Amino acid sequence: MRKSEAHPARVAWLSLAGIVAFMVLLAGCGSSSDETTGASSEALQKVGKGEGKLDLVAWPGYVADPWMSDFAEQTGCKVSVKEAGTSSEMVSLMRTGQYDGVSASGNASLQLVEGNDVDPVNVDLVPKYKTIFSDLKNQPYNTVDGVNYGIPHGRGANLLMWNSKDVKPAPSSWDVILDPKKAAKYKGKISAYDDYIYIADAAVYLKTHNKGLGIENPYELNQEQFDAAVNLLKEQKPNVGEYWSSATKQISSFANNDSKVGTTWQYQYFALKGEGKPVASSPANQGFVPKEGATGWSDTWMISSSAKHPNCMYKWMDFIVSPQANAEVAQYFGEAPAQSKACASQTLTAAAKAIGVDPNPGFCTQYHAADPSFWKRVYYWITPVADCGNGDTDCKDNNAWIQAWTDIKG
Amino acid sequence: MEAADALAPAAKRSAGRRLADLFHGRPRLQVGTLLAGPLGWLVIGYIGSLAVLLIAAFWSVDSLSGEVNRALTSANFDTLTSDSVYREVAQRTILIAAAVTLTDALLAFPIAFFMAKIAKPRTRGLLVVAVLMPLWSFYVVKVYAWQTMLSSGGIVNWALDPLGLSGPGYGTTAVWLVESYLWLPYMILPIYAGLERIPDSLLSASEDLGAGPGTTFRRVILPIAFPAVVAGSIFTFSLTLGDFIAPSLVSPDTQFIGNVVYDNITTNLPLASAFATVPIAVMVVYLMIARRLGAFEHL
Amino acid sequence: MLRLGVAITLAFIYVPLLVVAIYAFNGGNSIEWPLPSLTTHWFSVAIQDHGAQQALLTSLKVGAAATAIALVLGTLASIAVGRHRFFGRETVSFVIILPIALPGIVTGIALSDTFTQVWGISLSLFTVIIGHATFCIVVVYNNVVARLRRVSGSLEEASADLGAHTWQTFRFVTLPSMQTALVAGALLAFALSFDEIIVTLFTIGAGQETLSIWIYNNLFRTTQPAIVNVVAVLAVLISILPVYLANRLTREEGGAGGRGAGGGTEARAETAAMP
Repeated sequence: MRKSEAHPARVAWLSLAGIVAFMVLLAGCGSSSDETTGASSEALQKVGKGEGKLDLVAWPGYVADPWMSDFAEQTGCKVSVKEAGTSSEMVSLMRTGQYDGVSASGNASLQLVEGNDVDPVNVDLVPKYKTIFSDLKNQPYNTVDGVNYGIPHGRGANLLMWNSKDVKPAPSSWDVILDPKKAAKYKGKISAYDDYIYIADAAVYLKTHNKGLGIENPYELNQEQFDAAVNLLKEQKPNVGEYWSSATKQISSFANNDSKVGTTWQYQYFALKGEGKPVASSPANQGFVPKEGATGWSDTWMISSSAKHPNCMYKWMDFIVSPQANAEVAQYFGEAPAQSKACASQTLTAAAKAIGVDPNPGFCTQYHAADPSFWKRVYYWITPVADCGNGDTDCKDNNAWIQAWTDIKG
Repeated sequence: MEAADALAPAAKRSAGRRLADLFHGRPRLQVGTLLAGPLGWLVIGYIGSLAVLLIAAFWSVDSLSGEVNRALTSANFDTLTSDSVYREVAQRTILIAAAVTLTDALLAFPIAFFMAKIAKPRTRGLLVVAVLMPLWSFYVVKVYAWQTMLSSGGIVNWALDPLGLSGPGYGTTAVWLVESYLWLPYMILPIYAGLERIPDSLLSASEDLGAGPGTTFRRVILPIAFPAVVAGSIFTFSLTLGDFIAPSLVSPDTQFIGNVVYDNITTNLPLASAFATVPIAVMVVYLMIARRLGAFEHL
Repeated sequence: MLRLGVAITLAFIYVPLLVVAIYAFNGGNSIEWPLPSLTTHWFSVAIQDHGAQQALLTSLKVGAAATAIALVLGTLASIAVGRHRFFGRETVSFVIILPIALPGIVTGIALSDTFTQVWGISLSLFTVIIGHATFCIVVVYNNVVARLRRVSGSLEEASADLGAHTWQTFRFVTLPSMQTALVAGALLAFALSFDEIIVTLFTIGAGQETLSIWIYNNLFRTTQPAIVNVVAVLAVLISILPVYLANRLTREEGGAGGRGAGGGTEARAETAAMP
C-alpha cells in the first residue's frame, strides 16, 4: 500500500533516546542551588497586619493547645503545624518553601542559614526578646557573623528513660545502654534515637569513660575519637530493639513493653506518665541527666526566607516567648523556658493550670532555667564541622556522620 | 473507501470524516497516534524520571548546608562499593524477597488449585471474592495489625504462651511473615488463572495413562502453571524488595533496601538515589528472566 | 487434605483482618491482648474526625483523576497492541508494566527527584495524580487487552466493510465490546490508587493527606488508638460492593469463568491490581 518513510521501531528508539537525552540536559541545567552563601537577605522592618494563617514546622509538643488557640484568638493567625522527628527532616521540609517558620535545633539552624532557607530576624520587632535569658542570646547556633537568625524557644537535655518495674536497679549512668555487657541485659528492649546526631551521645559517654581519647566537644571529633564513638554504637546495635524517630511510636513501644530502656525526650516521658505507665528517668536532683551529662538542644524559632505569612510569624515569635505562653509550652513539654519572666511563680502556676498539670512553682529551678553552669554538662545539638576550633581541620564533618550512621545500623 | 464515498451525499465531508479517512488503511499512522499519548507519558514522565534518578546518583551534598550539589561525582557509587553495609543490606533484602516469594508460591498453589479445578462454580466465585477482599483493606492497616499481634503483649504471644512458646517478636522473621501475608493474594490470582487454563481433558488423559496424582502434578500441572507462578513472583519479589514501612513497624532495628533509601532522603538525597538504582537493576534482570519464562502472558 | 490446606490459607489471610476489626472496638487505651473492654464509641468519633474526612475527600479526588487519565492512556495503548501488529509490541508491554513492577520507593524517589530538582515545581495533589496515573495505566491496559483478545477483530473489519469509517467503528463496535472491561479496569485502578501509600508519600505536598497517609500518620495516636482500625473496617465494608461488581463484570457471559482458554480473564483482571 503506502510506502513507509521510516521503520517505526527505529523512530521509536530514536525518540526515546532523544527524550532521555533531553531529561539529562534538563537535570544538568535545572534550577541550581544558590551560589551565594551567608549573604543575608533583608530582615523585616515592620510587622504589619496578620495574614490570617501560619504554617510551622515544629518538634512534637511545641505547638499545641491551649497556647496555639490562644495565639489564633489574639492575632487572628490560624496555625497549622507539621511535626518532625529529626533535624534533617526539618531542614528538608523548610527547603520545600511551603512553611513560614521552624523551631530549629542547632544542627538544623546552621544548615538553614548556610542554605539561605531562613532570613535574619529583626529582634527589635520582638519586644519580649529583651527579657530572654542572656546565655541564650547571640549563641553560635542562632547568630552568624553578628546577625541574629532566630528567637530562642527553650532548652533541655535528652533523657534516659526506663521501665521502673523491669529495669533494676535504677540506672544513674548511660552505661545501662552503652556499656556492651550491661546493655546485653536488656537485649532487644533498648530504644535508641534514629539519627546520626546520636553519635554525639556515644562521644559524651566516652568523654567520661575513656579519658584517654581526649574528647572535649562531642561534636568535634577527630578520626580516632570518631571511630571510638562509632564502634561503641556498633557494639550497642545487637542490643537495640528499635531506632525511633517518631515520638508517638516510641510512646507506644514503651507502653506495650516492647522497649524497656532508652533515650527519649520529656514529651514522651510525661505522656507515658500520664497514661499511668511505670516509667522513670534520671531524677530532678541530678538535673534529669545521668552522671556523664547528656546531649540536648537549645531551640530557635526561625523565619523562612520564602515565608508567605511573615507578619504572623513575627507575631508568633513574640507570642511564644511571652511569659504565659513560654511557661505553658515549657511545662507541657518539660524543658527550661527561654523567657526569664516565665519563671515568676504566679506565671508558672497559671500556666500549669491552663495545661492541666499540678502547679510547680519550683519548675524553673528544677529545670535550671537560670543556671548557666548547669548547661555546661548538656551538649546542645549542633552541626559537626571539619574545623575543630583549635587550629585542626581534621574533625569529621556532617557527611561523615551521616554515612557512619547507616554503617552503625547495619 | 471509494464505494463509501460514492454513497455519501455529495455535500462537503465533515472534518471528523476527513480525519477518519486519513487514518483508514494506514495502520502505522493509527498505531503511532494511539501510542503517542501513553508512550509519551510513560517515556517522558516515567523513564525520564528514572533517568533523573540515575543522574542524581552522581550528585553530592554540601557538608555545611546539606544542599544538593550538582557537580557530577562518582563518590556515592564509591561508597556503595567500598562500605560493606550496603552490600549486606542488599543481600539481606534480596534473600527475604526470595523467601517470601517461595513461601507465597507454596501457600498459594493449594488454594489456587482448589479454586481452579475442584470447587463448584458458586464456591469458586465466593473464593475469588474472599481472596480479593483483603486487597481492599489498607496495606498500612494490615502491617499495623501485625505489629499489634507480634507485640510482647499481643495475640501471638498470648496464644503461644500456654504451649510454652513465644512468638517471633519483631525482627527479620517478622518481616518475612508479614510480607508473605501481604502479597499472598498477588500470587494466588495468577496461579489460579494459569491453572484454570489447563483443560480437564489433559488431567484425565494423564490419569488414563497411568500417572498417579503426584506424577500428574509434577509432569503435567507444574510445567504448565510455572509461567503463572513466575508472573505472581514478580510482584511478591518486587513489593518485598522496596518495602520500608513494614520493616520499620515490625523490625525497627534492621535496615532493608527501602529503609536505607528512605532514611537517606532527608540527609543525603544523592546517596539515596544511588542506592535506589540497586533495586532497579535487580528488577530489570528479574523482569527479563520472567519474560523469557513466559510470565508476561499471565499478568 | 487439600481442603485443609485451603482452610489454613484462608484462616491465615483473615485472622489479621479480624484482629483489625476487633481492635476497632477497643475500649481501652493500650493494644495489649486480651482487650479490657469493647465499645462502639470510636465509630462515631472516626466518622466525625475532620482530618479523616479531609483525607477521604483527597483520596477520592486523586483516585478519580488518576483513574480518568489511566483509562484514556490505557485504552489507547491496548487498542494499539490488541488490534495491530508492529515491531516493538513487546517493548510497549514492558514499558507499560514497568511502573508497577519496580518497587514503589524507586518510582517515588524518581518522581520526587524529577519534580523538585528538575522541573522545580512544588509537590501537590497534582504531582500525586501524575504518579498514580502512571502505575494505574497497566491495570486498565491489561483488562482491555485481555478483552480485545477474546473479541476478535473480525467485527471491526465487518463494520468497515459495511461503510463505517474509523470513528464510527470505534464508537459503535469496539467501544461497546470493551465497556465492561473498561469499567472493571477503572474500578481496579481506583482501588489501587486509593490504597497506595509509598509513591504518595514521595509526591504529596505539605499539609495534604490521602486516607492512606492519614492512617499512617495516626497509627500511634495515644489518645484515640482505635480510630485507625475503625477507618480500615469501614473501608473494607464500603468496598465490598465495588469488588463484587468488578468480579461480575469480568466474568464471561454465560457462566462463572469457564475452563479453558477464555477463562481466567477475571483473575487476570484482578491480578493487575497492585499496591
